[in-house]
Amino acid sequence: MRYHDIVIVGGGPAGLAAAAAARKAGISDLLILERDNVLGGILNQCIHNGFGLHTFNEELTGPEYAARYIAQVEEEKIPYRLNTIVADITHDRQVTYINREEGLVTIRAGAVILAMGCRERPRGALNTPGYRPAGIYSAGTAQRLMNIEGYLVGREAVILGSGDIGLIMARRMTLEGAKVKAVAEIMPYSGGLKRNIVQCLDDYGIPLKLSHTVVQIHGKDRLTGVTIAEVDADKNPVPGTEEYYSCDTLLLSVGLIPENELSKGAGISLNRVTSGPNVNDRLETEAEGIYACGNVLHVHDLVDFVSQEAALAGENAAEYVKRKKSPEAAAKPARRIPLSAENGVRYTVPQFLEADGMRDTVTVRFRVADVYKDRYISVYYDEKRIMRKKKKVLAPGEMEQVTLTRKSLEEHPQTERITIRTEVE
Amino acid sequence: MKKPQYDVAVIGGGVIGCAVARELSRYDMSVCLLERTEDVCSGTSKANSAIIHAGYDAPSGSLMAEMNVEGNRLMDRLAEELDIPFRRNGSLVLCFSEEDMPGLQALYVRGVANGVPQLRIISGEEVRRMEPNIADEVVAALYAPTGGIVCPFNMTVALAENAYENGAEFRFLTEVTEIRRDGELYELTVRSNGDGAVVCVKGAACGEGAGGTNRLIGAAVEGGEGTVTARFVVNAAGVYADRFHNMVSRRRISITPRRGSYCLLDREAGGHVDKTVFQLPGRYGKGVLVTPTIHGNLLIGPTAADIGDKEGTYTTAEELAEVTAKSACGVKDIPYRQVITSFAGLRAHEAGHEFILGEPEDAPGFFDAAGIESPGLSSAPAIGVRLAEEIARKAGAPLKERFIATRRGIPHVAALDREARAALIAERPDYGTIVCRCENVSEGEIVDSIRRPLGARSLDGIKRRVRQGMGRCQAGFCTPRTMEILSRETGIPMEKICKNRPGSEMICAAVTERKEQEHEIS
Repeated sequence: MRYHDIVIVGGGPAGLAAAAAARKAGISDLLILERDNVLGGILNQCIHNGFGLHTFNEELTGPEYAARYIAQVEEEKIPYRLNTIVADITHDRQVTYINREEGLVTIRAGAVILAMGCRERPRGALNTPGYRPAGIYSAGTAQRLMNIEGYLVGREAVILGSGDIGLIMARRMTLEGAKVKAVAEIMPYSGGLKRNIVQCLDDYGIPLKLSHTVVQIHGKDRLTGVTIAEVDADKNPVPGTEEYYSCDTLLLSVGLIPENELSKGAGISLNRVTSGPNVNDRLETEAEGIYACGNVLHVHDLVDFVSQEAALAGENAAEYVKRKKSPEAAAKPARRIPLSAENGVRYTVPQFLEADGMRDTVTVRFRVADVYKDRYISVYYDEKRIMRKKKKVLAPGEMEQVTLTRKSLEEHPQTERITIRTEVE
Repeated sequence: MKKPQYDVAVIGGGVIGCAVARELSRYDMSVCLLERTEDVCSGTSKANSAIIHAGYDAPSGSLMAEMNVEGNRLMDRLAEELDIPFRRNGSLVLCFSEEDMPGLQALYVRGVANGVPQLRIISGEEVRRMEPNIADEVVAALYAPTGGIVCPFNMTVALAENAYENGAEFRFLTEVTEIRRDGELYELTVRSNGDGAVVCVKGAACGEGAGGTNRLIGAAVEGGEGTVTARFVVNAAGVYADRFHNMVSRRRISITPRRGSYCLLDREAGGHVDKTVFQLPGRYGKGVLVTPTIHGNLLIGPTAADIGDKEGTYTTAEELAEVTAKSACGVKDIPYRQVITSFAGLRAHEAGHEFILGEPEDAPGFFDAAGIESPGLSSAPAIGVRLAEEIARKAGAPLKERFIATRRGIPHVAALDREARAALIAERPDYGTIVCRCENVSEGEIVDSIRRPLGARSLDGIKRRVRQGMGRCQAGFCTPRTMEILSRETGIPMEKICKNRPGSEMICAAVTERKEQEHEIS
């Protein structure tokens, strides 16, 4: 059976950054497996700008951002396979992939990096009543048809859900001459970035209807309209608030789901909140030598953070492979400290720390459960608060982070649990 | 006397029309099936419980009972011959209280009288041993090992393909608007839908498409209207069967669409029950069923609402809530979060609640297959045989010397074992390119679904044949790629690619074209 030091599943932003970092860390035997016919993943269809402010200190489009990483992969001659789908990953890191040239191939991997990204929640998952006509697209599908294939999906649109792709598509459709009549969001706040609401809706006079949802889909062949109604605190439609919008297109931007079918197949348990694997501070899953990063781990808002996280996964996977190869490789019993999310913090990534092998700093990323104003984000080692920072606004649409240091943990060697919570006072 | 174009015209390409056409194609007769949409299996046949009933439900002595039990019996052979996914998973009718036991007993007695084999009543404990997720309240159940699950799409397509192989002609986008009796023959006025009728005849010259599909667009029915003449007519028009019947017979029938809504759950939930689980009508009302599908999803439903609209295949919030509430009565812990889609189908409910099969007294040569509601899918094989035999007898048509009884389906490459899969990919590399990642459908399978006889012409047609887009992302990722393949294989331009029938176009314009037009204007 063929062997590679590191096999990276997915050639999107996470996979590319992980590969580049692993190469930089001295691993030459890498393989990227990508299901699409080009590297870059979903960035290729994100032709708007706003990418790379954190990584490159400049505003790039999605394809430009991807191109920088693809260039690194090409320069470093990191091997990759396109149009290749991974069929199976085992707990002990056998990876089976399929493509038309090689057929069905099973390889052994020193380490595996999961970078499969996420998919959009479909209409079916919402159980929205009505007909099932053409013209209902998840926002990303419409984005691909428009930006990659070059087709306009409709002339009059309503968008359900205010996730970032939906907001971006509101602007994109408007620029292509379509009329976007409204964006309906079931929550009392938007699920997207503030800057996208300003730049994609406000600037074009597209109304954002918070606490509203689509309650009926009309039209048997092609969509002819939708009924939108206000919802109460329990998200149930309020009778009498129904409003009909004629439209030929309904775009859905109602959530992203990490694509972890392969992780589950490898026997890796998933976190109930993130729908991604539980990982330690090295982004290693429960399966030894299998790492996860990017949107397969938890859904990000900014690609820059995907790249950072993926680079860390790449470095750690490289270190793991090297350690396994060295003669004095002996697994140290790791002291594991769980991280808890409490009081308005929905989850943390990582979910636990391996205190003994910890790096100097560990970035903990998380999202909050609601919109909060003037709150603290606090970190507790057991009952002791060791840091906090004040935030003017916290919103579920924006990922937050805190940095833990090895030094501070060494100062509290008895710590059994680290808790991150929001606090009013 | 005018010479008819065909011996038999079959109205409707649902499972009944296709089953009749297939059985008719055993005989030395010319057969033409007329379907108003772009594909077979586009109406009631595509939206139902996808089960083969054992046959204990219908009143003893009724056609429904007879056809159901006989249809069930025929399924093994049919599935074998036509390569249709079918499994006898068995069915259970749950009884929730001791006071309802007489009802369960009555069902058992009726089943035995109907000729259902292997029926037995089992205790609550035995039910729960069989199905751990059955509700604690259940005191007993009727167990029918012969109940089964089937892919209704593949069943209909397989029957149609086999009929075609044996010489039956298919006309799609061909809507019958009038039927007139003219002496010994029937004259059907037909109107073509969309850009024109599509006529499929085996061995006909093929003008279009990459794979040698023999579909001729607009060849037979120019300019929208035309006529088809036949000695015999089979009325398999589903919810519209009353309309056609009443054009030729004074013995009126009336079909009310009875809508049923369903929820389909992710394959992860498919193992929640193994058998098809019904509820005995009782204190919880009529109940809904919970069943695995042949492809491993979990299906719950249907509701029952009589509506006036023969096109009213929409779900309502109330009906979907009812599906959830009622399913929870019989089966515990159904993971409703894993619903991937919901849909509604229309039962062709005739006022007498009985199948209407054969010739009305005042319309010889006109054969009804009307009022085909549940157990219609289960009865389809038997109805096909019965009507074909009657027609052949009346026509004096002999059996063909060479009837091709078998048909091979499209391989589901991902389900094959490793060696077989590798061998197929080596032979046809496009079986190695996965397009639909949720259901693991390769480009090769999609290409097959288009190139086959009576191949798919719409996204739904592809979906029904090879399950592209049927999975948890509901075609989010694979829609653009599938559109491209369909366009490439058929020559249908992207702007004309439809979800199903004409009017369901997926996109409205090419972005670049629109820009050019604007430029010209300015």
